[in-house]
Amino acid sequence: MAFSLHGVHLPHRKATARMAAVRVAAPKSVLLPTMMHIGRPAVPVVKAGDHVDVGTLVAEQDGLISSPVYASVSGTVKKITEIVLSGGAAVPAILIESDGAMTPDPALCPPVVGSRADLIEAIRKSGVVGLGGAGFPTYVKFLTEDPGRIRELIVNGAECEPYITSDTRAMLDESADMALAFRALEEHLGIPRILIGIENNKKEAIAQMRRLAEQDPRITVRPLRTLYPQGGEKVLIYHTTGKVVPAGKLPIDVGCVVSNCSTLAAIGRYLRTGMPLVERCITVDGSAVREPGNVIVPIGMAAGDVFEACGGFSAAPGKVLYGGPMMGVSVPDLAAPVLKNTNALLAFSEKDAAIPAPTACISCGACQNHCPFHLRPAAIARAYRNGDVKKLEKLQPELCMECGCCAYICPAGRPLVQTNKLAKAVLRDARAKEKEAAQ
Amino acid sequence: MMEAQLHLSASPHIHSSTTTRSIMRDVVFSLLPAAAAGILWFGARAAAVIVTCIAAAVLAEAGFNLILRKKQTVGDWSAAVTGLLLALNLPANIPLWQAVLGAVFAIVVVKGLFGGIGCNLVNPAITARVFMLVAFGTMTQAAFPRSADVATGATPLAELAAGEEAPALLDLFIGNHGGAIGETCVLALVIGGVYLLARRVITWHLPVAFIGTVFLLSWVLSDFDLSLALAWIFSGGLFIGAIFMATDYVTSPATPWGKILFGVGAGLITVLIRFWGNYPEGVSFGILLMNILNPYIEAWTAPRPFGGKRA
Repeated sequence: MAFSLHGVHLPHRKATARMAAVRVAAPKSVLLPTMMHIGRPAVPVVKAGDHVDVGTLVAEQDGLISSPVYASVSGTVKKITEIVLSGGAAVPAILIESDGAMTPDPALCPPVVGSRADLIEAIRKSGVVGLGGAGFPTYVKFLTEDPGRIRELIVNGAECEPYITSDTRAMLDESADMALAFRALEEHLGIPRILIGIENNKKEAIAQMRRLAEQDPRITVRPLRTLYPQGGEKVLIYHTTGKVVPAGKLPIDVGCVVSNCSTLAAIGRYLRTGMPLVERCITVDGSAVREPGNVIVPIGMAAGDVFEACGGFSAAPGKVLYGGPMMGVSVPDLAAPVLKNTNALLAFSEKDAAIPAPTACISCGACQNHCPFHLRPAAIARAYRNGDVKKLEKLQPELCMECGCCAYICPAGRPLVQTNKLAKAVLRDARAKEKEAAQ
Repeated sequence: MMEAQLHLSASPHIHSSTTTRSIMRDVVFSLLPAAAAGILWFGARAAAVIVTCIAAAVLAEAGFNLILRKKQTVGDWSAAVTGLLLALNLPANIPLWQAVLGAVFAIVVVKGLFGGIGCNLVNPAITARVFMLVAFGTMTQAAFPRSADVATGATPLAELAAGEEAPALLDLFIGNHGGAIGETCVLALVIGGVYLLARRVITWHLPVAFIGTVFLLSWVLSDFDLSLALAWIFSGGLFIGAIFMATDYVTSPATPWGKILFGVGAGLITVLIRFWGNYPEGVSFGILLMNILNPYIEAWTAPRPFGGKRA
């Protein structure tokens, strides 16, 4: 590679990497939000009192960018309620009381895939979305007018966030399903090249993926420097192919589709079994968790129940995170359900939950010298505070992927990710107004 | 019950252990060899100046915050850094009241009035040194090492400028010559610089560009006499300025190329003043002038965002 993008060295804390995922006992109930993806919420197709089995459709997708939701336990639909998601949106959610039997829906069977359209429809029906955290409906990424546009499928196995090892486990334990997905995509979508990017601290995962590459000349494993945020989409594309995705463009504009390794394993599993996405592997860890490990849980299981299945808390939790400590979301209570794109549940003791109080910026430049995209977070914060839209136009905060390197490294503990987000909003508003004025 | 106590905050949820305070503490540690060398060469009087300056700077900062009811910031060690740096830039024979005045000037006028830490336009210690040079003629006659009554006389720089025989290179390197308390012992300053590099508080760009520029120009201007060029860089305040004062975060660029530009510019001004100016030393003026140009250098060397348009 010509040069490597900046980033930060983080503590790994990936002790759970050695622990194969264990399936937990069926919870008493699950709560399935109709939006566990980017796009429009799905529409419930069941009502209170209906009996469902594992894999029964409970909410159909609505529009192009959306995804269907399936029952993750067998039992009875108790009610259609509403849930406020971390983003602030209130969406319908389906509460299912489990009968404890986990009976699979008898109507399910592996899909018959004979063409490109069949495969895309299968991926759509599988309910699979970006399992690495983004939650973008996976089938949409393969919907190109010109099938030849996809030159490279980039498999994201970087797993650069501390604590999380669920992707590592997918690469180690579900490589056969991944291979199945690869073959289907090569055959029906004509994808000529598959690049698997993995941080070089995951030696076993690299070895396992190299075994797949030995059997398929189209697959190449690309070990990456262990440097957060190696798994950021544009970072990964650059470090595996050398291509730069321009501002406002998508990976497909440079011929790439990026998909998480767990996402591909889930597609392979659906092709093999016909069971849609109803469960997933998550890493449960953090200083307040008694028995950290990887667990396979039904989607919709409450965070509190998941922690309970991992021995409960060793200390009163001060903060609970969905996802990793760099980009994860803190949740207000333990009733929140596991979503399709939840890759980890972390609980920290009160001591580790504290965030530093910000002090004055000393212009040390650490934020800009560690930004993978060479942005200037301190300057963006200053321009935001001054309401200087002209300056913000130059500083281009809209490129920020909110990876958190700047705020992590800032010796003054300044909330730079937040000011980046706010600056983006200011720019959006200003541009909208400009457009309005022009009309 | 337990759930009601969960903290909500925006990501990231972990932070590097490096803080403003730990950085400032590292700078103090890195200056200790130079301070020790100063006390070794110039005696107890040097220690008195160091203690006076640090105490005056810290008290000035605490008092300023107290009087203006601002958040107390003495705990971040930055006032101690300014006090120590200033002391190392003063001769051991300076009247202590002048040292106090310099420290208060640095903290109150240069730093406090502009908004405190992070807001100063120029480096407080270097500006105080220039202020004292102009006000009291400090450093035109400097103390000499190990003289019973702290005798004064021309510094090596003045001798070099007058074309006289300068002290031996080894004496210059270990600090056995006249000058400010902390500037004479190049060896101690380099040790401190290596510590800062190892701790990643500074990068090599600025000091190397600064000292390199002075070295190259002095070498050319002294008819390619290597030992004379070395004497030029080992004399005066070049090492302490280039390693510890020009690298002040607030008043120097953040990008590698910006740092190099700053260093070359400061080196150029230093040489111009040393060879053709009225003052024997130009390091302080070089840094001060580049401090003022810093916002422009920051703008010129701003990196192009990845995948974005030129800023």
